[in-house]
Amino acid sequence: MNPVLKLLLEGSRLDTAQMAQVLNLPEAEINKQLAALKAQGVLLGWTPILNLSDEEAGMVRAVIEVRITPERGGGFNRLAERISRFDEVESCYLMSGSYDLLVFVNGKSLQRVAAFVSEKLSTIEGVLSTATHFMLRAYKEEGFLIEGKKEENERLKVAP
Amino acid sequence: MDQSRYIAKHVAGLPKSGIRDFFDIVARMKDAISLGVGEPDFDTPWHIREAGIYALEKGKTHYTSNLGLIELRRAINKYVEKHFSVAYAPENEILITVGVSEALDLACRALINPGDKVMYHQPCYVSYHPSVALAHGVAVPVPTFARDNFALTVDALRAAWQPGCKILMLNLPCNPTGGTCDRAQVEAIAKFAVEKDLIVLSDEIYSELTFEGEHTSIAGLPGMRERTIFLHGFSKAFAMTGWRIGYACGPAPLIEAMMKVHQYSMLCASIISQEAAIEALLRGEEAMKKMRGQYHRRRDFIVRRFNEIGLKCHLPRGSFYAFPDVSVTGVNERDFAIGVLEAEKVAIVPGSAFGENGKGFCRACFATSYEQLIEAAKRIERHVQNLAAKR
Repeated sequence: MNPVLKLLLEGSRLDTAQMAQVLNLPEAEINKQLAALKAQGVLLGWTPILNLSDEEAGMVRAVIEVRITPERGGGFNRLAERISRFDEVESCYLMSGSYDLLVFVNGKSLQRVAAFVSEKLSTIEGVLSTATHFMLRAYKEEGFLIEGKKEENERLKVAP
Repeated sequence: MDQSRYIAKHVAGLPKSGIRDFFDIVARMKDAISLGVGEPDFDTPWHIREAGIYALEKGKTHYTSNLGLIELRRAINKYVEKHFSVAYAPENEILITVGVSEALDLACRALINPGDKVMYHQPCYVSYHPSVALAHGVAVPVPTFARDNFALTVDALRAAWQPGCKILMLNLPCNPTGGTCDRAQVEAIAKFAVEKDLIVLSDEIYSELTFEGEHTSIAGLPGMRERTIFLHGFSKAFAMTGWRIGYACGPAPLIEAMMKVHQYSMLCASIISQEAAIEALLRGEEAMKKMRGQYHRRRDFIVRRFNEIGLKCHLPRGSFYAFPDVSVTGVNERDFAIGVLEAEKVAIVPGSAFGENGKGFCRACFATSYEQLIEAAKRIERHVQNLAAKR
């Protein structure tokens, strides 16, 4: 595996200068490898992982089970790609089981998300049904635990 | 009243641990970056912690048999056979202990008659010499050298050997040097042990953290099972230092002797830790390999940086310790460690805390984040440059 990718997957938040030090490569090489990962479509982008349970953030999120009609030639792809293009859609997956697409959406208010579902999503030709579940609280986000209070680390400074 | 006159002579005679001594100095320093610990920076993998919680929920709050839970001993047999090529009967050849430290202490107490001589390589873990002394044995240090990447050589063993030597203690890979022996070297040590009729106590606590080549256990070599007590534990590989859980494997009569001491002193290891240890052995390998991969990359970084700074550092093949030579700075290892702590707030441990042969070196644990390692290396570099400017 690409060593830069390996380092990114470890979850360490190093800047490119630090990565260069750790991997013993020039910083330009790190930037080149990151660019290559983007070009290959492996690294899609950088998004901050936020704790959105904070009221100030005022974000409503929902997960929607969508049943759609597959099409000759393209299967589910055309409709799935069309749905994915909406700004409200965070992620969209084709699933096995009793529905076809699992769509994660967010909006400023419950009404906005509801409007997206009733006016945009469910009116698309080929969408058979939707079931919307609003998220009440997050406990873990993209691998990060959302904890009330971080425990003090009592690790010793020197140990045998 | 002078209470000290009641203290047993062999205890009063034990020196205070060099680590303990240094700990007191570091404790006064707030916000120091610490490369001074001897444990993983990772918390125990969650599935192992969860097994401990589940054990409590199920009401596993009682004594276990003195030897330990049979399920754990069976799991240990499978694990040891798979990774170390030697099998032990779960019924009478495996003893669960409170960390590998207890196992080592038990072995010393079970085997040493007053005056028996015990060979051990040095620099070494801080408790080896005291464990021998507390059992009224005589410790015979065998030096290891930077020129051999701190591997134990038969030449050094031969030079140190004297009549009356009964036991050879090994710690490969080694805390604090990270040195270890390849298969040919272990075979040579085994031959020496047979020749001199030594019992081998092999503490292989860092074996999973071997970065290059295969780890070779002396217990798995032909003819060695009968004269080896294999000591291991969960602290390092599975990041379980605080659980205090380890084990000893060996021929039944030796394990029985150790168990006698264990049953009258400790009774049994914590049942919660034993339950968690089962989970670690059965399903912990993936998490362990992930941690090892991270230690490996951190090692490559910090060792390279020490050498760039001018502190000659061999590439430790195992463990999570780098052991750079600081003598080039013109100050001794203790002054260097105190200097870098006071001037740059980085804690490393003077090599002399691990015995005479650690003089001139310092131990730096790289089980910490890249950010900390990068910053620590920068500060140590500045300190070395400042010392050079003063000369």
